[in-house]
Order: sequence, then C-alpha cells, then structure tokens
Amino acid sequence: MKRLADVLLSPAPGAEIVMGNTALVRAMIEAGVRVVTSYPGSPTPEIADAIRALPAARCPFHFEFSTNEKVATEVAFGASVNGHLACVFFKSVGLNVAADTFVQLGLMNLIGGLVVVLGDDPGANSSQNEQDNRHLARLACLPVFEPASPTEAFTMFKTAAALARSERTAVVLRLTTHVCHAKEKVAFGAWETPAFDDTPRFSPENGPYIPITSLVFPMKRQALERLQRIAASPDHQTWTTLSSHGNKRRGIITAGLPYLSLLEVFHEAREWPDILKLGMVHPLPRSPILDFLRSHEEVKVLEELDDFLELQIKAVAFEHRLPVRIIGKTCFDDWVGEYTPDQTARVLARAWPDLLPPLPPPPAVTVPARPAQLCPGCGHRSAFQAIKAALPPAAITVADIGCHTLGFLPPYGIGQVLLCMGHSCGTAAGLSLFQKDRPVVAFLGDSTFFHAGLPGIINALYNHHDFTLIVMENGTTAMTGHQDHPGSGRNFREPVDAIPIRRVLEGLGVKTILETDTYQQARLTDLVRQALATPGFKVVIARHPCMLKFTREQARQGKPRLPAVHLSDACDQQKVCISGFACPTFQFTPEGRVTVQQDLCIGDGSCRQVCPRQAIQPTKKGGA
Amino acid sequence: MPSATFDIFMIGVGGQGIGLLSEALLRAFDHAGTPVRGVDTHGLAQRGGTVTSHLRVGPDTYSPLVREGHADLVIALERHEAMRGLQTHLRAGGQLVYYDAEWQPLPVRLQKQPRLTPEELAAEAERRKARLHRVFVDTLPDPRMQNVAVMAWLVRNRVLPGLEPNHLESALRDLLDGPVLTRNLELFATLLR
Ligand SMILES: Cc1ncc(C[n+]2csc(CCOP(=O)(O)OP(=O)(O)O)c2C)c(N)n1
Repeated sequence: MKRLADVLLSPAPGAEIVMGNTALVRAMIEAGVRVVTSYPGSPTPEIADAIRALPAARCPFHFEFSTNEKVATEVAFGASVNGHLACVFFKSVGLNVAADTFVQLGLMNLIGGLVVVLGDDPGANSSQNEQDNRHLARLACLPVFEPASPTEAFTMFKTAAALARSERTAVVLRLTTHVCHAKEKVAFGAWETPAFDDTPRFSPENGPYIPITSLVFPMKRQALERLQRIAASPDHQTWTTLSSHGNKRRGIITAGLPYLSLLEVFHEAREWPDILKLGMVHPLPRSPILDFLRSHEEVKVLEELDDFLELQIKAVAFEHRLPVRIIGKTCFDDWVGEYTPDQTARVLARAWPDLLPPLPPPPAVTVPARPAQLCPGCGHRSAFQAIKAALPPAAITVADIGCHTLGFLPPYGIGQVLLCMGHSCGTAAGLSLFQKDRPVVAFLGDSTFFHAGLPGIINALYNHHDFTLIVMENGTTAMTGHQDHPGSGRNFREPVDAIPIRRVLEGLGVKTILETDTYQQARLTDLVRQALATPGFKVVIARHPCMLKFTREQARQGKPRLPAVHLSDACDQQKVCISGFACPTFQFTPEGRVTVQQDLCIGDGSCRQVCPRQAIQPTKKGGA
Repeated sequence: MPSATFDIFMIGVGGQGIGLLSEALLRAFDHAGTPVRGVDTHGLAQRGGTVTSHLRVGPDTYSPLVREGHADLVIALERHEAMRGLQTHLRAGGQLVYYDAEWQPLPVRLQKQPRLTPEELAAEAERRKARLHRVFVDTLPDPRMQNVAVMAWLVRNRVLPGLEPNHLESALRDLLDGPVLTRNLELFATLLR
C-alpha cells in the first residue's frame, strides 16, 4: 500500500495524484506551518484525514480539533502572535461562528503569519446555506486567494503563507467543495525537516494588540494600507492570468472553479472570448482589470454565488467612465448553485445567446430521489421511534445539526425547524413563551453540545425556560466523519479524560436529567413522557454509540459482521419495520412483501422491538 | 494513450464503496500513463444518499466534473442509481455497466413510488440507444466487494481504454494491504478468468 505519510513527508520533489485537501497538507509542510487548528465540517475534514496519516512524531506541526471554529481561530491567532506560522481551516458556515474573532485579525500584527482556509460550499452539498465568504473577508480587511484546482490549492497556499508572513497578517485561501475534493496529479516541491525556532516572541511592542476606542483607528488604517500595498504589488499581476484569443468584442473575468468550467464549455463555443482569471479576488488587481475593460466592448463577470466581483468591477468602469458593457448576474438563477460546466453554459447563454449551440434542457429524472438517511443500526433511529411514541401531535420539535437532523425526513418527521449548530435551545426557548399547549422539544448532538450548545442551555436555566432538551449522544462527531470531541475521551492525538455531558449539566444546575441507551426504546418513551410532565427545563440524554463507526472499527480489526436478522413465519406483513421504523435494511420483494436486504443489515437487532408479531429474529452464524 | 477524452460517471449509494472504485480506476489510468482527473462526493450524501464520482480520462480536460449527457461510460453499483446515471449523464450511444444490487430508496420503501425493475432499466437503455451490461455475482464473499466485481468485468471486456489487468492490480496494491488486498486480488483474478 502506498503510504500517504511517505508522500506528504518526502524530502524530494515528486508528483502524486491527490485531492485538493491532501495537497494542502503537503503545502503546509513545505511552507513551514507550525500550528494547524480546525473544527470539522464538509468540504474540509479530509485535510485532517491527511494530517492523521502523519505519525505524531514526524508531523512538523501541532494539530488540534478545537471546540469550535472560533476557538480554533483564536488558537491559531495566539500561535501567530507568538511568532509561529499558523493555519486554521473550517467549512463555510464555520466562519459565522469564528466571525467575532476573524473580523479582528486585519487589525493585528500577526508576526508569524496566518492562513485561514475556508471551504465554501456552492451547491449546498453538505451545508445549510451556500454563503459567499468573500464578503466576510472583505469586512475583515483580509486578502483572499481563490484556487481553481488541487494544483492551485497547493501553490496558492504556499503563496498565501509567504504573503501572510511578509505582511504579518492573515490571508484567506477560499476553496470550494469541488476544489477541495477534485483529484489530479500535483507536483510537489522539495522539503527539508525544518529547525523551528520556538522562542515565544509575543510582545506588546509588536502591537498594538488592544483595540479599544480611539486605538482602533490607527489599527484600521494599518489594515487598509496593507490591502492597498497588496493591491498595488507587482506580485498581484503574477496571480492574474490573461488568456487572449484576440477577441476585441468579448471578454470574461472569472476566478476559481468556474474558470475550469468555462474552459470546458469552450470546447463547443462558437467564439472564444478573452479571459482574465483572477488568483486573488480581494483586493482586486485594478490595473489588469482596467486594461481588460478598456480593450473589450462587452465583459461578462462569471462568478459563482454573489456579485462580489461584479460590483467592484462596475465601480472601476464607472470611475474611469469606460464605455464597456459589463454583464453581471442576469437573473436569480445566476445566483444559485455551483457553476458546474453545465450551469456555466447556461449562465453564458443567458449573457450571450449566440455564444454556444442550443443547450439541451436539464435531464429529466424519473427514478425516486435518494436522500441521505440514518444508517442501519443507528441509535438515532431507535431514539426517534421511541420519542415519537411519547410526543403529543401538537408538540413542536426543534432540530439541530448532525446526523440526527435526518429525523425530519419521513416517516419520523421529528425536527421541524433548523437554523445552525447549537440553535436548538435558544429557538426552543422562544417557541415556549406564552404557551403551555404545545410542548417544545429541542435536539442537540454531543459534539454540538460543546461547540455551540452550552450558551443556549445556560440561557434556558438562567431565564427559566420551559422545554425539553434531548441530547443525542453517540460519542462522536458523526456526520462529518467521526472526529473526536471533548466528550468522547480522545483528542486528535491521544486518550484524554472525557468531559461527561451529564456532569456538566449537573454542575450547571439542571434538576431533571434522565438518561438511557436508545436501544431501550420503551424506557426512552417513558423518560420523554416523564420529562414532558415536568415543568421547567429538563434534559433527556439519549445515548447509543455511532454504529457506522463501530462496524467500521470491527471491519478494520478483521472481525466479521453479525449475520443479518431474518423474518420468521410469524410475520403477517404489518410492515411497521419498514413504514414506521424505516431502517434501510427493510425493503420490498417484487411481490410486495417485506424482506431483509442482506448487504445492509448489521445484525444489531434494534428493529426487533418494533415488530408487533416478534417476527424479526436474530440469525445464528451460518444461517437461520 | 487515447487522445480523445473518455468520461466516466460512477454512481451508487453511500456505503457501497464508490470511493474505492473511483480511486482504483484513477490510479490504474495513471499507471497506464494516461492523464486523468476527477472528483468524488464527500459529506452528507455518504450517509446512504446518492453518491457519484467523476473521472475524466485524456489530456484535454479542465473541469473535474463530467457534463450531463456526456459520459462515455456510466458505472453504477445499484439498479435505481443506474437509471439515474443513465438519465443524467450517459451520452447517446454510451455504455452503462451496473452491478445489480437493489437498495431501495426511501420513497420506494414508503410506498410513495414503485421500485425499478431490471426490465424497466433495460427498456430505458434501449430507448436511449445505450449499451447496457448487468453484472451480478451470487458467490461474492462480502457485499463490499461488488465494486471489485465490476472492475474485473470492465477490464475483462476492455471497456476502459488502454487499461490492462496489471494496471488495476497495481492500483489496488496502492490502496489496500493485508488480507483485504489478498481477498480483493483473488476475486479480481477469479473473475478475469
Ligand atoms: C458552524 C458549523 N460547523 C460545522 C458544521 C458541520 N457539521 C455538520 S453536522 C456536524 C456534526 C455534529 O456532530 P454531533 O453534534 O455530535 O451530531 P452527530 O452527527 O454525531 O449526530 C458538523 C460538525 C456546521 N454545519 N456548522
């Protein structure tokens, strides 16, 4: 087997097929990054997977999953003002959690430099929105690079790190889902194990580091000057690429992955507009843009999500009274979704109907949709089964983020409103005001409990709110790929004392804390009934280890899977297992009878208690 | 090395091992000296949703994504997903190779929509002038080896331009080790015969 560690730590230059996220880790190593922090979220967790491949003793930097994105950013910031080159990475919406810290970074003199890697998610593949984080970077006065491919992610990370160090600032590397996950052969540079000087270099002299009242103004000025310096630097020109096709009439300004989609669409274009591709999207390289606007009659700004470049480019044209026609977003469809080659073709056709041959309509799909769902054996499924039995029909259920969000799907229909990680207790408190008729039940995963859940819980206690919180404790950050968290008993590197959720709640003064394994469905139903009958804020901890993590660990240790359950003759086709419990294992035969899909069942047996006829039976090794 | 682009679209259900299939093909093409790029689904959909992998073979590609209706080959690991891949990505006259597992999607299990039969899939393929091949091995030791069964079928029938069995074996050696590697190589060799 090819060892990823050997690839990532090879002193010699070489080329390897890797995904963007993996290429970043080699870039961190080559750039001499000393501290890396994160909180898991798609599309970035595979960066940590690659870091995990490095044996602790040979990993040249400290890595940690911090409690949330804000803390992760602060740890990286602290390291940076102590002289270390640092990096923090997280997903798009993670920046909202980190924002209070992030917006201060531009004011600071980061003597070690800091690279903030953002995984934006146009297309909302794994996110609750498709926010465009270029806006927040601009708000924070920070420069932003936007790579289009794994190769560019690799080279631009190194450029960003060098810039962060020379300008003593934070630099944003904004990736998108299919840049993080694209795979291609990337040529790596040489690398020597560095001799790090770990002298703590923090000094208030390097500051000011205390932005208070009038002290803010010189710091803000410094941030603006830095941006101006970067915008005017000759380097900026080298990050911008002009592809001239000798087209005086039409030009396109673009950046990131849409650039590759554009080249793909050019295969069938009737004419090739010139292309100005930006490597840095903030601050803009004004002079190449100005030249480009001057030398074309029409310029299409091809950018995914918002009109970030468009507005600034139009401003440049306005200031210089240029006659060029600038085509930005033409309709809402231009604002929505990822600019895949197909979407790019549609966007271009709306700008210039004659550019491409007529496009086929989007394909019609007749086959049933297949949404993500809880895995076979998932403890959350047993929990929903049990909780549903306890809830009156008028109950309001507040979802939170995690695998258990999938409870909103039929047949469970549990979790009717969702904002973001950790919102559930706050939202539930608001829903519970002025009413006693509709019990309010909030859900929270265990990783989220630590990440952003605690303030809502404390608020419920402090302000005497009346609702039930159900903590869905599966011992891991499941949805993002089983990362450890403060309650799981391990950090990224080693076993640690788990912070028990129950004791945290007790310490806070929660009076009613009920707890059970979710496979004990009848008991969980009872506990939820009990909680609903108790006034005030009460918590039910619904525990069961993540079974996907468990079965994978078993497989890794070479242990065979438990045999699938089978249906005995007692089965009279009431179909509760399929229409109520809905484990994917149960499906229909061509004749419409319930059957067990052998590939899927993990033999957990959590379904057995839902059958009114006790027809679901465990199978002994070697057959029924 | 083929000069034209050969686009492969892979589709299946989270948990079926599309990742290994696409990684193995990617590396096999690399071992054969053919430029290749691609992208896989990661994240939410891996929890039992539809997952896809795009593979673009040849020197003249830019985006990692295969365009709708442009795939020369669609490889599916499940019957319903085979239909989806056929309808979204296969070009007219392209080839659809699917492993005939049936993992019914939620609307089927909740009796909101009918299950898809092999006959309906065949009829749709015919209507689209697609060449359809069903792979099914009833002696597989482990459902997680369905992807290897498909790989073997593809190589044996020379569907993958320029790929020889040894390219795929080298790819599997890059990706697996220990008993898992041995078992997969054995299956691969058996199915090639
Ligand atoms: C601010 C923010 N950071 C990260 C994520 C990514 N994310 C989605 S689900 C999830 C897992 C939450 O884990 P947990 O609360 O333990 O629930 P589980 O998935 O284990 O059920 C995370 C981190 C997000 N949506 N928002």
